[in-house]
Amino acid sequence: MTDLVEQDAAAVTPSPAPSTAPKSRLRSEAFARRLRARHAAERRFRLAGAAAVALAALILVLLLGSIVAKGASAFLEARIRLEVTLDPAEVADRNYTALLRRALYAQFPQVTDRAGKRVLNDLLSSGAPYELEAMVAKNPALAGTTQTIWVRADDQIDQLVKGAYRRDLPESERGLGDAKIAAADALLASGALAQGFNTTLFTAGDSREPEQAGIGGAIAGSLLTLLVTMALSVPTGIAAAVYLEEFAARNRWTDLIEVNINNLAAVPSIIFGLLGLAVFLGFFGMPRSAPLVGGLVMALMTLPVIIIASRVALKAVPPSIREAALGIGASPLQTVLHHVLPLAMPGILTGTIIGMARALGETAPLLMIGMVAFIVDIPHGLTDSATVLPVQIYMWADSPERAFTERTSAAILILLGVLILLNGVAVILRKIFERRW
Amino acid sequence: MQLTLLALILTLLTVIGFLIGRSRAAASVGGRVAELHSVPSYHGVYVALWAGLPALLLFLAWTASEGWLAMQLVLSALPERLTTGDGQSVALLKADILNLARDISTGREPDPLVAEAARRYAAFRDLADWSLLAVGASLAVAGLAWGRHRIGPDLRARPVVERVVRVVLVLCSLVAILTTVGIVLSLLFEALRFFTVVSPLDFLFGTHWSPQMAMRADQVGSSGSFGAIPLFAGTLLITVIAMAVAVPVGLMAAIYMSEYAGRGVRTWLKPALEILAGIPTVVYGFFAALTMAPFVRSVGEALGLDVSSESALAAGIVMGVMIIPFVSSLSDDVINAVPQSLRDGSYGLGATKSETIRQVVLPAALPGIVAAVMLAVSRAIGETMIVTMASGLTANLTANPLQAVTTVTTQIATLLVGDQEFDSPKTLSAFGLGLVLFLVTLCLNMVALRVVRTYREKYD
Amino acid sequence: MSITSGIQNQLKLRPRADDRTGQRSGAAGLPNKMTARGVKVFYGAKQALRGIDLDIQENRVLALIGPSGCGKSTFLRCLNRMNDTIEGCRVEGQIALDGEDVYGKAVDAVQLRARVGMVFQKPNPFPKSIYDNVAYGPRIHGLASGRDELDEVVQTSLKRAGLWAEVKDRLREPGTSLSGGQQQRLCIARAIAVSPEVILMDEPCSALDPIATAHIEELIDELRANYTIVIVTHNMQQAARVSQRTAFFHLGEMVECDDTEEIFTNPRDERTQGYITGRYG
Repeated sequence: MTDLVEQDAAAVTPSPAPSTAPKSRLRSEAFARRLRARHAAERRFRLAGAAAVALAALILVLLLGSIVAKGASAFLEARIRLEVTLDPAEVADRNYTALLRRALYAQFPQVTDRAGKRVLNDLLSSGAPYELEAMVAKNPALAGTTQTIWVRADDQIDQLVKGAYRRDLPESERGLGDAKIAAADALLASGALAQGFNTTLFTAGDSREPEQAGIGGAIAGSLLTLLVTMALSVPTGIAAAVYLEEFAARNRWTDLIEVNINNLAAVPSIIFGLLGLAVFLGFFGMPRSAPLVGGLVMALMTLPVIIIASRVALKAVPPSIREAALGIGASPLQTVLHHVLPLAMPGILTGTIIGMARALGETAPLLMIGMVAFIVDIPHGLTDSATVLPVQIYMWADSPERAFTERTSAAILILLGVLILLNGVAVILRKIFERRW
Repeated sequence: MQLTLLALILTLLTVIGFLIGRSRAAASVGGRVAELHSVPSYHGVYVALWAGLPALLLFLAWTASEGWLAMQLVLSALPERLTTGDGQSVALLKADILNLARDISTGREPDPLVAEAARRYAAFRDLADWSLLAVGASLAVAGLAWGRHRIGPDLRARPVVERVVRVVLVLCSLVAILTTVGIVLSLLFEALRFFTVVSPLDFLFGTHWSPQMAMRADQVGSSGSFGAIPLFAGTLLITVIAMAVAVPVGLMAAIYMSEYAGRGVRTWLKPALEILAGIPTVVYGFFAALTMAPFVRSVGEALGLDVSSESALAAGIVMGVMIIPFVSSLSDDVINAVPQSLRDGSYGLGATKSETIRQVVLPAALPGIVAAVMLAVSRAIGETMIVTMASGLTANLTANPLQAVTTVTTQIATLLVGDQEFDSPKTLSAFGLGLVLFLVTLCLNMVALRVVRTYREKYD
Repeated sequence: MSITSGIQNQLKLRPRADDRTGQRSGAAGLPNKMTARGVKVFYGAKQALRGIDLDIQENRVLALIGPSGCGKSTFLRCLNRMNDTIEGCRVEGQIALDGEDVYGKAVDAVQLRARVGMVFQKPNPFPKSIYDNVAYGPRIHGLASGRDELDEVVQTSLKRAGLWAEVKDRLREPGTSLSGGQQQRLCIARAIAVSPEVILMDEPCSALDPIATAHIEELIDELRANYTIVIVTHNMQQAARVSQRTAFFHLGEMVECDDTEEIFTNPRDERTQGYITGRYG
């Protein structure tokens, strides 16, 4: 014991010299100065990181904000109240335009000249007669009666009511004549021109006239396309993932498939459109603009996403489950179907939803296969000509009318709403079923 | 209509087959299920497979060949003066017949012969669909009966069913390979047709792009109009701008999230970035065209610069914004994969957090970050909607970001949107561009994915 | 400010004669480099250390032994505030370096860690060259004014770590290309390049083979001349070989601390006795 201490002391005594010199250095004024600079650099770096995050958030807010600002008003539409006398003769001739105009002129007894009447004619949407026609068709007993109805106003009047035109500009720069504004103001004052919830936006198909255009057709097209995509890619994707993860031997062949799937997930979407154009339309002669083809292309595109997500989910199921099932005499297939797959299902579902959300928002490949056509009718079958919501947005974005810009933004809001809902469901699913083995 | 009916019938028969097979198997041993070789539900699936599978295969083969067969029949009946000629006129004829058969106006008064052919085509298709319905349904019934007949205590239903299921699984995993093969073949095939008209060298190294010119008869095949260099340059310019936005912001955001942000902040930031990543590109395109481009233009004009209303800058910035979440989530993964022990080593020496990040974490994560950037570049090159909506159509060879440029994807999209003849060089050039696009992105992806893989293995 | 508060702390933290711990003042007269008083550590709601009092004497090797999860590594990480980097970790009590509270406001964690270096369980060379690994500390702290001086610091550090002869021709090769034992000595060289006053070693040999372990142990003995060393080890033979004092930790408490020989030949606490004779651990 004492030996040890003496030994220690002997070792210690000659030492201090080398250790004191650097000691002073770490506590020197220069070190302290440098330390302050280093902490300043640290703060700057941290600030840069926070700024990057803030910038991303700001852009998100800006993007959503600008679209909400542009699109919110599209959920309202201007309508004009008319006292229409349904003269049976005119009804028989289906001359609804004349009926409507007559009712409108009645509200402006002072207007007698042709130019003035033309201004009044332009207040009504060119689709208004069809509204009336549909009403009469539904209830033929209306013929001969006088009805108070609200019909759609022209898109310019709609925009005027929403305050899109600057009244202080001279007439030539405003794009909307003084006469129309005066007529619209008169209607507004008498309560015969008012805004209501825009159902047209949701029910109508596409139209050249903004006030008659809606996303009903595009939504139907999106649903049909998505249906095909889901029916094809989900079973195929899960089956492929099950095979690769549970049955396939690890060899060069499965390696190739794996590399191939990973690459396919990163192939630009427009390439899938070219594939669809050359193979489905060109080679197999499938119809253009059909949700069937759109769905096929989207299925090929989302397949890698679903396979990858499903494989991750299958991988997360611990081998002990498989061993237990195999141990009590289940066949490999039974093991997978009865035990592994159900446990992996939440993860697979999450991946599937994300894949579907992506397919729902995809535009470029559908342009290639002709889903970009102007289609008024709402599609009912898989081979009907159709378009989808993102493509509708793309087409409307090109239209110069102010009212179309507004509707484009509204369509984007609806699309984003659906996508955020889907992603939200995926996130919640992941949270609920998150399992720690 | 017939096909929907057939699908319904097949589904119904398959379900019935399953139920029959299951109950008959149990009945065949008087309810003592243990005496069966396989459990009853396997017998059910066995019968269901017999009912559904042959009919399904028939259905697939039939629908794949029906259109082609009908067209050949109709064409053979037409006089030769219509069916001979260059490929383009035949393709046009076929398109006319198809359109007329579907009651789609071709926009011109059809030749009575062609109209007649279209009627015959439609009639043949109708007949073929009805006969498919009949044949398919009877095949399904026959299969069901056969499967039911086979059922008994000794039937080894399970191995049969499992073998079939396995084959189906293998086929499903082959779809991915087939897709790639399909992409490569269709691009190659169409691009080769294009290269018979325009020399590949002129295509790859020509500096004048103006595909519309080639529509004129005297200009068909004129090589001058298919020089893709301006497109490549435009793509490069927009990609560079996008990367200049996305890489610093995305990387710094990833660093902040993984190294600085507390758990509370992270739970909000991640979903926000996911939302940004989930926004469809068409929305970014709309934003670029209607908000960013006018903004850039007005800022430029305030500075006294001449800015095009479809400037590369606006498209590039918005594309960069689109890629931010992509870069940041990939970098986040990569940075999180750097072992904590390296950070500890650095902190233990008295390094500050930023010194540790810049001098230890980032160099360690560099391969992964490079791979992430490569994937992002590949994504930017292949992005279509933003550039289609916000960049120009005229092919300018310029490095000025304030001018309008056009990109490979924009050209593919505009060349193929709307009615087009399959054989014109204008249409085919899109496939040439597609091939280049595919090859470039494929190389980027392959290298990047390989780097990521080896990187993961290194720290696992 | 820092000087006066340092003195005050020093006065406050002088080891008291009536220590309630099991510390016997062994080699009396040697100054304390670091002192810990009532150190408690919490990870969230979980308490990992339950009030540790310990003196670390200058130019000696103190070994911390004890069964897994007893808190010895946690204590070690408190000494240079490495626990700061762990989310949800809270430290109570006082730890002083040369009488100055290291958790005090005046103390910069960065400066503290430069003065109290650390070597980890698993060799963790940076993905840089051997040279850059060693030069990392001096560079960030600005300890070398020129290229030549940096070269010299690197060379001296590698020499002290006993690695110079093996690597002097391959300084540009990555640090990860070395063998495990060499990597650990590189990490030691990296730590001493900053010229710390104290070196903390967290089971530095647990990932190494016996020959590499012997190398490191020799090295520790040599380094004692210039540095104060605290080493956490699972291996009691190692503790006996390299340390002059040993502290035994058990369930978040420091059971006893004494001269190494004393602990291994004549432990006062039953638990220590049980551990060193291998009844548990």
